[in-house]
Amino acid sequence: MKPILEVTNISKKYRLNHIAGSYLSLRDRIVHGFKTGKMVQEDFWALDDVSFSVNQGESIGIIGANGAGKSTLLKILSKITPPTKGRIISRGRIASLLEVGTGFHPELTGRENIFFNGSLLGMKRKEISQKFDEIVDFAGIENFLDTPLKHYSSGMQLRLAFSVAAFLDPEILIIDEVLAVGDSEFQKKCLGKMGEVSRSGRTILFVSHNMAALRTLCEKSFLLMKGKLESYGETSVIINSYLSSHEKHLTPGVYDLSKHHSKKDRDRGIITCTLLRDGIPSDIFFTNEKFTAEFDFKDEKGINEIVFGLVIKDSNQQPLIGINNWDLGTRLNSLPVTSGKLVFELASLPLYGDSLYYIDVYFGDGGNNYDIVQNAISFTLQPVDIFENGKILNPKLNVVYPGKVKLELR
Amino acid sequence: MWGFNLPLYNDMTDNIEDIIDADNSKLFDWRELWHYKELFYFFTWRDIKIKYKQTILGFLWAILQPLILMVIFTLFFGQALKVPSQSLPYPVFVFSGLLLWNTFSSGLTNAANSMVNNSQIIKKIYFPRLIIPVSSILVALFDFLMAFVLFIPILIYYSQPVNLNVIWCWPLALLLTIIATLGPGCLLASLNVKYRDFRYIIPFVVQILFFITPVIYPVSLLDHPSLQYILALSPMYAAIELFRFPLSELPINLEFLIASLVSAISFLIGGLIYFKKTEHFFADFA
Repeated sequence: MKPILEVTNISKKYRLNHIAGSYLSLRDRIVHGFKTGKMVQEDFWALDDVSFSVNQGESIGIIGANGAGKSTLLKILSKITPPTKGRIISRGRIASLLEVGTGFHPELTGRENIFFNGSLLGMKRKEISQKFDEIVDFAGIENFLDTPLKHYSSGMQLRLAFSVAAFLDPEILIIDEVLAVGDSEFQKKCLGKMGEVSRSGRTILFVSHNMAALRTLCEKSFLLMKGKLESYGETSVIINSYLSSHEKHLTPGVYDLSKHHSKKDRDRGIITCTLLRDGIPSDIFFTNEKFTAEFDFKDEKGINEIVFGLVIKDSNQQPLIGINNWDLGTRLNSLPVTSGKLVFELASLPLYGDSLYYIDVYFGDGGNNYDIVQNAISFTLQPVDIFENGKILNPKLNVVYPGKVKLELR
Repeated sequence: MWGFNLPLYNDMTDNIEDIIDADNSKLFDWRELWHYKELFYFFTWRDIKIKYKQTILGFLWAILQPLILMVIFTLFFGQALKVPSQSLPYPVFVFSGLLLWNTFSSGLTNAANSMVNNSQIIKKIYFPRLIIPVSSILVALFDFLMAFVLFIPILIYYSQPVNLNVIWCWPLALLLTIIATLGPGCLLASLNVKYRDFRYIIPFVVQILFFITPVIYPVSLLDHPSLQYILALSPMYAAIELFRFPLSELPINLEFLIASLVSAISFLIGGLIYFKKTEHFFADFA
C-alpha cells in the first residue's frame, strides 16, 4: 500500500528584507524599487530539502527547537503557504489544527461559534449538527450556549475550541502545540481524545514541546534542526537525542554552552557549566547529597546587576525546582563585571528518582535575559536507600523528595 | 475492534491524491470551490450576524441607511438644485440608484478589507481564499434585499409605473453589480494584503466613483459627449441604467452600456487573475 503522505525534497525560502518591515508600503516600493541593490536582502531557508513519508494509521511526532522549521512544515502540509521547492502527495483528507478556536468571534454565541469554527475546520453543516451535543458535552458549556463568547472565561473558550476540533474526522490530522494550554485536567481529557483518534486508524502528525504528550501519543518521531531533517526513529530515542543536542561533553559533568549562543551574542552569557560532587565533576548524583553547579559567564560590555536563575526539570520536561537570586533576596554585584563564576549550591538535593534530569539556565540583568539555555545540562539521579532500611522508594512517586518523613501510629 | 474501520480507509487512499507543490499555474479549481460551498454561506452568515449584533434596530439599519440618504439627496439635489431625473420623481430616481450603489460601495469596501480583517484565519487554516471577498460581497447583497423591500412602497407611493422589462432588467442589473464589485474587490483585497496603503486609498476610490456614476444625477446633465463617455466607463454605469430602464422607459445608449460592460468585465478578469497570482502568499504577508 502506498504511504498516505509522501513528502519529497520540500524546501521553503523566506526573503528577509532588512529595510522594509513586516509588510511593504508603497513608499518603500517607490523609494527602493529602483535601487534594489541597496536593499539588504537575505534568503533564509526555513526548510531545507526535507523528505519523509507517513503510513496510514501512524502517529508521528515532530520535535525541534524554536525556529527549527516545525511550524513552516505544518503550514506547508496544511496548504497555508506553498513550498519553494519539492512536492507533497497526500492520499487522504487533511485537517490541520495549528491553533484552537481559529475564527472564534467574541460577539457570536457559543452555538454560533461552534458552527463557524467547525465549518472552517472542514466539517459539513450536517456533520456539525450531528455532533453538536457531543461537542457541547465535551466542552461542558451547556448553560452558556447562547451567551456571546466575550462573556466566557478564557478556560471556557479554550475548552469549547478544543472540543470542536476534537470531533474532526479527517484521515490525516495535523496538530501544532495545542496542548500547551488549558488546565491539566482538560489537557488529560484532550490527550485521551487524541489517543482515541489515533487508535481508530487516523494518521496524526503532532508538534509539541510537551515530551510526555509526545511519548504517549507518538510511536515514532523525527527531529528537525535548522530546517533539516536530522533524525527519525523511536520517539523516546529522538527525545533524548534532542534534549542532549545542546550539551557537549568535555568530561562528565562539564558542559560547554558557548556553541548555543547566537552570533550576535557570542561574547555574552554562560560559557561553561560544571556539576560538582564532592568537588569532582560528575553527572551522577544521589538524593540528599550536596549538589554544586558552577557557571562561568562572560560579558565584554560589563554587566551591572546580574540576575541568574535555574529550573530543574524531570525527563518529561516537567519543572520541579526553580530558583533565582531575586527570590533568594541576594544581590550578586553592584559594579559592572565582565566575567566570573556563579556558584549554585544545594546542601541536600531534594530530588528522588532514577532517570535523567535537565536544567534550564537564565542569565540576565533583570531587564533582559541575555542568555536562556533550555536543557543546558542533564544529570542522572541514582535512587538511594533513604531510610536505611534496605528498601528503595518508588521513584515514580517520589520525584521531589520532601525531606524528613514521619509515619507513625499514635 | 478497530479493524473494521480500516478497509474503508484503504479504499479511500487510492482514490484521492492531492498534490502540494510550488506550481501556481492553474487559475481556479472549481471543484474545490464547490467542495467548500458551505463556507461561502458561513462567512456571509457570520458577517451579517456580527454587523447587526448589539444594535437595537438590527436589520432595520439596512433599510434606514438608503432611506435617510434618499431624503438628504432629494432635499439638496432634487428640491434645491433641481437636478433633472429622467422623467422620474427625484426620490425614485435617487433611491433606485442608491440601491445598487450602496451594494457596490459597501461590497467593494468590505471585500477590499476582507483579507486583512481575516488574516488570523488565513494564517491558520486553508480554504480557497476567494471565499472571503465573495462572502463580503454577499453581505452587501443581503443589505440590498432589505433595502429593496422598501423600494416597493416607494414606487407605490409615487405611483411610479413599472413596465414588463423589469423581469430581465433587474436581475441582470443585480448580476452586473456583483460583477462590477467582484473584480475591483478582489484586486484591492490582494493589494491591501501587500501594501496597507490601500486601506486609505479605498474610501477615495469609492467617493470618486460615486460622483462619476449616475447615481444622483443623469448622464444627460453633462452636455459634452466625451465627458459622458468617461462616466460610462464606470463599471457601475450599466447596472444602474439597466435598473432604471423599466421605470423611465427612456432608450438606453447602447454604446455607453457596452463601454461600461467591457470595463466591468476587464476589471473582473484582471482582479481575479491578480488575486489568484498573489493568493499563495497571503499567509506570509498578512
